[in-house]
Amino acid sequence: MIEVLFVLIIASLATSVLGVFLVLKNQAMTTDAISHTILLGIVLAFFITQDIRSPWLIIGAALIGVLTVYLIQLINQTNLIKNDASIGIVFTALFAIAIILISRYADNVHLDIDVVIAGEVLFAPLNRIEIFGFSIPRALWQLGLLLIVNTGFVALFYKELKVSTFDPKFAYVIGFSTTLIYYMLMTLVSVTAVVAFDAVGAILVINFFVAPVLTAYLLVKKLSHMIFLTAFIAVLNSTLGYLIGYNMDLSMSGATAAVAFLIFMTVFLFKPDGYIILKIKKRRQKKEFMHAMILMLMSEDEHETISLDEISKHFNLSRSETENQLETLEVDGYIVKTDEHYMLTLRGEEFTHYSRIKYELTPY
Amino acid sequence: MTEDIIKVKDLIVAYDEKPAIWHLNMTLQKNSITAIVGPNGAGKSTLIKSIMQLIKPVSGEIQINGSKSKKALKDVAYVPQKGEVNWEFPTTVLDVVLMGRYVHKGWIKRPNKNDHKIAMSALREMKMEAFRNRQISELSGGQRQRVFLARAICQDADIYIMDEPLQGIDITTEKLIIKTIKSLQQEGKTFLVVHHNLDTVKEYFDHVIIMNKTIFAGGKISEVWTEENIDKAYNEVSAVR
Repeated sequence: MIEVLFVLIIASLATSVLGVFLVLKNQAMTTDAISHTILLGIVLAFFITQDIRSPWLIIGAALIGVLTVYLIQLINQTNLIKNDASIGIVFTALFAIAIILISRYADNVHLDIDVVIAGEVLFAPLNRIEIFGFSIPRALWQLGLLLIVNTGFVALFYKELKVSTFDPKFAYVIGFSTTLIYYMLMTLVSVTAVVAFDAVGAILVINFFVAPVLTAYLLVKKLSHMIFLTAFIAVLNSTLGYLIGYNMDLSMSGATAAVAFLIFMTVFLFKPDGYIILKIKKRRQKKEFMHAMILMLMSEDEHETISLDEISKHFNLSRSETENQLETLEVDGYIVKTDEHYMLTLRGEEFTHYSRIKYELTPY
Repeated sequence: MTEDIIKVKDLIVAYDEKPAIWHLNMTLQKNSITAIVGPNGAGKSTLIKSIMQLIKPVSGEIQINGSKSKKALKDVAYVPQKGEVNWEFPTTVLDVVLMGRYVHKGWIKRPNKNDHKIAMSALREMKMEAFRNRQISELSGGQRQRVFLARAICQDADIYIMDEPLQGIDITTEKLIIKTIKSLQQEGKTFLVVHHNLDTVKEYFDHVIIMNKTIFAGGKISEVWTEENIDKAYNEVSAVR
């Protein structure tokens, strides 16, 4: 059973190391497109081999994956259509061709992505292979090789990947072929995606390509750090997903993808400059600013004594909001209330003086 | 004896059916600071992108240092408009400036200690030393332009080609950039700069190219920077029609 965990971890590492560059190129959804278009590769390879168990079906799938990427890039280069739209058009078109071919010529064969691509990590240990006398799951062997190739690729071409992702024109001008780098990257993406689909299923693969990367993206400011943190989060997601899936008897892929989402949301909400902290800060700033504005209004001679209604009208606040603000100010000792009218205390006067300096206003 | 470091002969560039540049001839004088001015849509950016081989011309010839090959671009540092890169990219100021050294590294080889030293001195020159570990998304417009210029300095090229480096930046940065350009000129560098503000042309540049699809005047400021030439380029609706 522990082999399932290994497959998850190796699959997540092999995919996410490339996912970093997909996300930075705004092409995260390419893998989603590939997960559908490979059906065409499977269908075409089946027509040639007439054998549903032929390894050529997987190879056909990988080739169509590369073709998908190539077509998307071709349409992008026309500058007539935006990146996301070209992914949408290529992906549906190739998938539709596959469906038409099946319904026209292979209606009597049960031909579908899941016939060729298992896509269930629990079955991965069943399909085994002998390597140097050890029996290991075939998926682990294939993904292990891809992990080495992908990591090697990123390590070797780190500088080129960085500059051509950040500033493609500059990369071109200083003599790097951005097209070559792009196609090398996308070929690896395509092959890795197909092999990983077979091992852990399409949805989880898309999740692996994107989720750990986006989580890391929220936390770091350097590309190298982003790659290492992505790898760490990929392992973390896989391990937690495995433990939850195993102990609660849930789908492994489902549990792992759900964990990835929860970890992303946790970081998104609770990181130091994350959503929640930012909201709290903004609210506090807004409240403090309103206090200062009310006190400054009261420090002007014509508003020396002022009623609640006048304040609420002046700042366009609701009655209850104004009451709330004034109550805090009164408790803090900045103002006093006499006969339904408010006046600044000495402390309040001082406060307005410093506020004016703080907001760079001329002293009143 | 003056020397032409870039020569453009009879250049025609078109997007779709409309020509953006029409029978354009120009030369860039070695060791000059040359402004390219002209109204919106005059093809200023198109001209420098053609020189950088980012656009394929319909016809014409471009020579850099007497050579037409792509290798000649190694002597040119290109400073694009600020908006053309992904500023959310996870990288620091020093990292971006170091990219200027990549041109001397070729494939696979990484920048070394010496490259770091050169990058740091370029940052110092642009007064961005204190920001070296900042993520680039945290920079203001003027600071971003300084980073681009530091990257170009780091490239240690002979020719600097800049696309509106003074657009939308603060006056301090503008003065600093001009000061740096002038001191690099002392070291023998050449500058070709797309410029928008006609009021500062005389103060900042020594040569000017006035264009609108084609060249209306080009040469020393003292000789060609006249009301008449400027009016011609800016009032002509299109030189092509």
